[in-house]
Amino acid sequence: MSQDTHAPAVADDAALVARAKGGDFAAFEELVSRHEGRVYSIAMNILRQRQDAEDATQTVFLNALEHLEGFREEAAFATWITRVAVNTALKALRKRKGLSTVPLDGGRETETGEIRHPDYIAEWRGDPAKLVAQRDLKRILDEAIEALPERHRLVFVLRDVEGLSVREAAEALGISEANVKVRLLRARLALREALTQAFGDPARRLAPDHSGTDHATAAEELLRLYENPARGRTR
Amino acid sequence: MTCKDLLKMLNDYVDGDVDPSFCSAFEEHLRDCDPCKVVVDTIRNTIRLYKDEGVVEIPILFRERLHSTLRRKWQEKRGAGPPPGGPAR
Repeated sequence: MSQDTHAPAVADDAALVARAKGGDFAAFEELVSRHEGRVYSIAMNILRQRQDAEDATQTVFLNALEHLEGFREEAAFATWITRVAVNTALKALRKRKGLSTVPLDGGRETETGEIRHPDYIAEWRGDPAKLVAQRDLKRILDEAIEALPERHRLVFVLRDVEGLSVREAAEALGISEANVKVRLLRARLALREALTQAFGDPARRLAPDHSGTDHATAAEELLRLYENPARGRTR
Repeated sequence: MTCKDLLKMLNDYVDGDVDPSFCSAFEEHLRDCDPCKVVVDTIRNTIRLYKDEGVVEIPILFRERLHSTLRRKWQEKRGAGPPPGGPAR
């Protein structure tokens, strides 16, 4: 949703939207061609299942076709279609899990479990992409992300993979920004740990500095800080 | 700054959202603490890897089906048929 990087394309999209509104299917199809890759990626990253991702992608563009007249041309089409894609995929995920009436937030992030201190600390053995075949890399990444609790995985996907802001991710998931931040930290730490198990160089492993670190206290402080940003410096 | 303090600010630091007045304390800690430095580096690498690998190609056959479906719906809704042929054909 970062408009800055798409700035040159925004005007073009707006012209295409205007032509499509006037009944030009070729213009609409060009809009679809431009954005279908991103929409499909979002759906795949959220749903992790090809058929579901295809269904969601089709729903997104049927939705666009249906609501084209109501689309304000001064808004960025890319931003709008990204939001529709995220919401459509999340809705499909809820439906798949039979949770249509239950929000994905799973309550506030107040579980007493500690924020795990980084444990396996070692510099990586060079560029991971060159260390293993691309397919193996993908498998390692998939296994690590699938091992995350869904509420952590979704925040990571929206924020770090798809580049939504903290506020946008919070709105899409129906949770607070503070909660997004806590879940994001848990997800990042868990993934880092898993990838270091795969890529870490045992010869260069460092002992975690646990001295004087009370994990439970650190986690509680962290949660308080995020839940009461006025006291901290979370922006 | 302790390792615990650093953990608290890790998200904001990695996202570039740390108040500049804390940034120098953060970086000073990183200079003297190898484990924290490696954690920050590997967290950044983790995010970059997932971002790079998160771009999924749309399956070509699905893309063709999608475009035909949209063309059909467009015709149903707008009546007037678009010219035959198009990028998906």
